[in-house]
Amino acid sequence: MIGSLRDLLRRSWRHSSGRWGVLALTLLILVAAFGPLALPDPAAIPDAVAGATPPSAGHPMGTDQLNRDLLSRVVNGARISLSVAALAVLLSLTLGTLVGLVAGYAGGWVDAILMRGVDAALAIPRLFVLLLLLVVWERIPLGALIIVLGTTGWFATSRLVRGEVLRLRHEPFVLASEALGAPGWRTMTRHLLPNAAGPLLVAATLGVGDVILLEAGLSFLGLGVQPPTPSWGGMVLEARPLIVTAPWAALFPGAAIVATVLAVNLLGDALQAALDPRSA
Amino acid sequence: MIRWILRRLLQAAATLVVVVLLLFVLMRLAPGDPLARLVGDRDLAPGEIELLRERYGVGRPVLVQLRSFLAGAARGDLGVSIEHYPDRVTSLLASRLPATLLLGGVVLLLNFTLGIWLGVRQAVRRGSRFDRWTGRLALTAYAMPGFWLGLVLVAFVSLRWQLLPAAQMTDPMLPPDADLGTRLVDLLRHLALPALTLSLTSIALTMRHQRAAMLSVFRLDYVTAARARGLPESQVRWGHAWRNTLVPMLTLLGLWLPILVSGSVFVESVFNWPGLGSLAAQAIASRDYPVLLGTAMLVSGAVVLAGLLADLGYALVDPRVRPS
Repeated sequence: MIGSLRDLLRRSWRHSSGRWGVLALTLLILVAAFGPLALPDPAAIPDAVAGATPPSAGHPMGTDQLNRDLLSRVVNGARISLSVAALAVLLSLTLGTLVGLVAGYAGGWVDAILMRGVDAALAIPRLFVLLLLLVVWERIPLGALIIVLGTTGWFATSRLVRGEVLRLRHEPFVLASEALGAPGWRTMTRHLLPNAAGPLLVAATLGVGDVILLEAGLSFLGLGVQPPTPSWGGMVLEARPLIVTAPWAALFPGAAIVATVLAVNLLGDALQAALDPRSA
Repeated sequence: MIRWILRRLLQAAATLVVVVLLLFVLMRLAPGDPLARLVGDRDLAPGEIELLRERYGVGRPVLVQLRSFLAGAARGDLGVSIEHYPDRVTSLLASRLPATLLLGGVVLLLNFTLGIWLGVRQAVRRGSRFDRWTGRLALTAYAMPGFWLGLVLVAFVSLRWQLLPAAQMTDPMLPPDADLGTRLVDLLRHLALPALTLSLTSIALTMRHQRAAMLSVFRLDYVTAARARGLPESQVRWGHAWRNTLVPMLTLLGLWLPILVSGSVFVESVFNWPGLGSLAAQAIASRDYPVLLGTAMLVSGAVVLAGLLADLGYALVDPRVRPS
């Protein structure tokens, strides 16, 4: 499993988009991890009367409506955005894999019920599920946001894993494992799952991009990360009234979203191309 | 064939029932009693709260609530709006539907003409500078949040350069006796920025799908055979290769609806476009749960219907799909 994944990563590194994606993403993660240590407190309000000031030597990205340093808020927002996305995707990956394995391996009515449910769940656009779940909260805790994002993103993953299981179900190496008396979970985790690792990695990578955009959108609607915690979507929301007088306050956080999602999607594309070279 | 269609119809109906069940569960999952929470700080007469409680069956056993919820959904009754009380949710949805259909239709048209053309061209010139750069540009636009791109366009194109209107669907200063041409130009001017925003942020999907479909067809022998017969390249490209990618593209058409509707929640609210998306955004701001739930139900129903239509269309054009 590790060997095939390493091979996949090596082959995607050969694509220029894969290299760009990995480099940009590494840089973003480093900035998110260590940047806040070197920057002023994102909540510090040096001089509220001054309001939003344009980019200058002291504030490379300018300041927002409360005169808070924008660079520090964008960098701290990266921390929030990336960790929310990573945790949510991890959760949906686990759920999707679990359901997909069970449905594909068990077959019969278990499969039928699970997949009918997934069909219906996929018919409700994810954004609306999130809106319905989040609109009733007075204040949304960050943990709840992660759980809600994670539990609404596994439907397509479960289909993917189920498809892989059905494809491999009657291959000799799976039958051999069963014939040797291995319990079902062992056949699933040792023999079926490793073969689905590649497609899963692609799905997870593209899923991170989706979740970053969703979280930004929810925060823009006031249903995501709650202020004063800095988030890119929330910063665009706060900058909306100043869009003409202080456009930088909306431009920089938005550009951060674009750069991050682009980096993630480039990597996802390269992985996809490495998995199926004919599609590139 | 008839039996296959009937079975597919039945399957769609079953999915629809499960969708309504799931939405009911979602409503129940929300912490606390949504209605009481939402009505709490609102100026409703005491009688009206009781009426709403009665209407939604709040406080009654779950199964009774479920039954009245299902019965309401089956009758096409989605309840009463809290913010626009006593307007019915269905009439609000109906009044907002045309604007969304117009915007969505234009975006779909753009993406399925320009997107297909670009995707075919990319596939034909696979690996060229054109292929790489259009792909990169489309991917960059795909990474943009619609609300942000919309705001940037409003700030520069509308407010700073005064080129196009920033909001609404028509100019309120337009004289009521203006002729059709003037009205049409006005509508198109208002439509331009929201349509551009939605299209830019989603066109990458059509392009990539079309490019991949073309590449897989280009590998097949009959295309090589057509070229070997000395047919003009444009005829091979469009008449032989492209025609066979129409089936997979049709499936994509069924996947478009959720993307468009989710995108329009943001884009419509930024441009104040009077459609379903901005209705949902307003319902969020005013915590109008019935309206939000009704929008979700309408949209999910449309998604099920679109999937059904795509499948039927698929069977119509590709005989291999339908079992005899």
